[in-house]
Amino acid sequence: MRKALLTRISIFAIATVVSWIYLIPSFVDPLPSWWGNIFPTEKIHLGLDLQGGTHLVLDVKVDKAIENNLERIKEDLITALREKAVSGVSVERDGMQIHVKVSAASAERTRGLLKSDFGNLVEAKPPQTTAGATDFSLTLSKEEMRALRDYAVDQSLETIRNRIDQFGVSEPIIQRQGLTGILIQLPGIQDPDRAKEIIGKTALLEFKLVDDSVNVEDAVKSRPPPGREVLFGHAGRGEGIGTEKQAYVVESKALMTGDYIQDARVRPAEQLHGASVELILNGRGAKLFEQITAANVKRRLAIVLDNRVYSAPVIQERIGGGRASITGNFDLKEARDLAIVLRAGALPAPVEVAEERTVGPSLGKDSIQQGINSFIVGGAFVVLFMIFYYKGAGAVAVAALIFNLLYMIAILAGFQAVLTLPGMAGIVLTVGMAVDANVLINERIREELRAGRAIRSAIEAGYQNALPAILDSNITTFLSGVILFQFGTGPIKGFAVTLCIGILTTVVTAVYLTRIYYDYRMSTRRLERISI
Amino acid sequence: MELFRSGTKIPFTKYRKIAVVLSSTVNLLVLAFLLIKGPALGVDFAGGTMLQLKFFQKVAAPEIRQALETVQLGGSVIQDFGQEGSNEFLVRVETTAVEIGALGDRVKKALSDKFGADKFEIRRIEFVGPKVGEDLRWRGTLSVIAATVMMGVYIWVRFASAFGTRFGLQFGLGAVIALVHDVLVTVGALMLANYEFDLTVVAALLTIVGFSVNDTVVICDRIRENLRKIRRETLENIINTSINETLSRTILTTGTALLVLLALYLLGGAVIRPFAFALLVGFISGVYSTIFIASPIILLWGGTVRR
Repeated sequence: MRKALLTRISIFAIATVVSWIYLIPSFVDPLPSWWGNIFPTEKIHLGLDLQGGTHLVLDVKVDKAIENNLERIKEDLITALREKAVSGVSVERDGMQIHVKVSAASAERTRGLLKSDFGNLVEAKPPQTTAGATDFSLTLSKEEMRALRDYAVDQSLETIRNRIDQFGVSEPIIQRQGLTGILIQLPGIQDPDRAKEIIGKTALLEFKLVDDSVNVEDAVKSRPPPGREVLFGHAGRGEGIGTEKQAYVVESKALMTGDYIQDARVRPAEQLHGASVELILNGRGAKLFEQITAANVKRRLAIVLDNRVYSAPVIQERIGGGRASITGNFDLKEARDLAIVLRAGALPAPVEVAEERTVGPSLGKDSIQQGINSFIVGGAFVVLFMIFYYKGAGAVAVAALIFNLLYMIAILAGFQAVLTLPGMAGIVLTVGMAVDANVLINERIREELRAGRAIRSAIEAGYQNALPAILDSNITTFLSGVILFQFGTGPIKGFAVTLCIGILTTVVTAVYLTRIYYDYRMSTRRLERISI
Repeated sequence: MELFRSGTKIPFTKYRKIAVVLSSTVNLLVLAFLLIKGPALGVDFAGGTMLQLKFFQKVAAPEIRQALETVQLGGSVIQDFGQEGSNEFLVRVETTAVEIGALGDRVKKALSDKFGADKFEIRRIEFVGPKVGEDLRWRGTLSVIAATVMMGVYIWVRFASAFGTRFGLQFGLGAVIALVHDVLVTVGALMLANYEFDLTVVAALLTIVGFSVNDTVVICDRIRENLRKIRRETLENIINTSINETLSRTILTTGTALLVLLALYLLGGAVIRPFAFALLVGFISGVYSTIFIASPIILLWGGTVRR
């Protein structure tokens, strides 16, 4: 008996010491220098709603990535069919399908070509021959589409990680969520709007030739001629909505994209010009750019970013050395942000904000204060009430409650769980609910005493008979906590976590820790009175 | 100290008819209210944008509206938030597809022009896209239903071994009906008090489901024990005895929980207030439903109890 008791006391003593070790980094600052060599230094992680920051869920428009891919395949098909001298060719893309129309005579040759060179395409429906022409309806195979979608999301995530790294945020969280989502958490960020702009920009840079032979106004009103498209000029950040924008007619096919960018640097504003971004192309890019400029002297080359024309200078001469610059109505900050996104590369598909939650740092501080206030007041209520109602046994329950909180918060810190505002509410609620177990036990002991049992056996029977109800009621609450964790996002998950941890520590402290006290009393001398 | 003298004998089951009528009426009213009017949905569920603004001077809602009109956001819903005189407001912006990052800038500019750049602070922005909102709404509803059913199943399985499957099923059903009652009462109270439904409300409902079933478990546990101990009594009397014996515990436990919730409600801040309110209502309802609904339901189908 005594030895068993000693073992139990040592277990709780060790648990208490370990708890303190995990808690100290959160409350002592600075830690002594030797601390980190032996002990954990991680503080309790505060959720974004308590420390301030931005929580974003982006939805990658993966279908757009597939369409882009199909568009490229379409261009390749046209070239390949032309090389094979297939007659009567027309190739159109309609959503996720490519329709290839060739003369019936060359249908066999087309089929061969599709099989040999375009293996990733499958027939959406069998080819149809009408009036001397054969129609192929092609699309990408399911596996191919899935791979493309996956690639688009992964690539977007990498690009966004790159951009955030360059933007400079400490401890960001960037991870996939669901099939097409990307979850981003930026703690302590000062200018969330700017961060969002940097993260969300597709940043697809294209160089396209301006076609000055087409009348711009006609093209805007009706459809531009085939192979041409109308793009509008870029409006500066402060210019607001509805500013008249200049229109350009450009060739649809981009001569070059931003894939070849090695570096992008900000050029501060000079006389008459705003700030600009200088692009430095890599070796292949520089060669390509030289060829393009050499072949198109005296024509205008539009620099297009996300389908907005930033500038369209006339090519005066062949440009070697692989440098180009983007000018526009930038201020310095805008130019810097642009340089970041160009360096980090383009997103393979546009992204859309599906969810955003931003909390300013001052609100977080207020929330912490309010959480602590309600904890202190609520806790005081419970302590006073328990001691008033159960006297000595109440004090035992309160002591157990204090250990309960210690273990609970230590587990939060030790497992690096995130403490959120609802999580703090969960701690407060645990204080109110934890005493339930002691109430059950104490009421039971009182009953047994009333029934005329001796103190020792009343205590034993009290604990024993109360246990099933204690376990049941805690298991049910735990189960709903698990469901909540499955369902919840961010802050709510924090509540589920504290609720569940609280239940575990409650059962341990309210049942087993208080029992040690009574067993100790009983082992040292005959218990003749108990205060309950 | 004792809350109830030992040997208290309140014939709770006698009131079961009144309780059934009263509770059914309340629940039907809430259901009708839910179906006809529907709850006010927060951005979590409805989608849209919500901003929390704090001003460092006295400002009235119409002035904010004037400012927002300059950036075509005059149709926003502006509410007082937080304590009286804290000059905090919630603004629900009705926009569709604003460019990424642009909304905060727009609001900031409009308010700076009117009040001065250092006279206010955007403390919180929440944006939820329509697709996400729908998804969360669906998952929220589902999780509350799943939790309720799970509690019923737990109790069924738990007590089936002691009483046989049929009686266990009754305990489970009684618990589920009591939980549905608690959830509906809480939902009704939230609607009456004009709180918006969002994720924290779902968290509160799930907590209510998990907590309120505790009383039912404790009382059922006692009924089980008394069925074994007292052999020459009617089921009704045994149920009454069991409720009475556990009454102190029921009141005490809920009482301490209510104490901390009151502290949360009063001091926890405006964000947590709807959550605390829902729990306050739900926990009180939980005590009522256990005593007056769950236990009589056992009686209703009672009769064949294997002792």
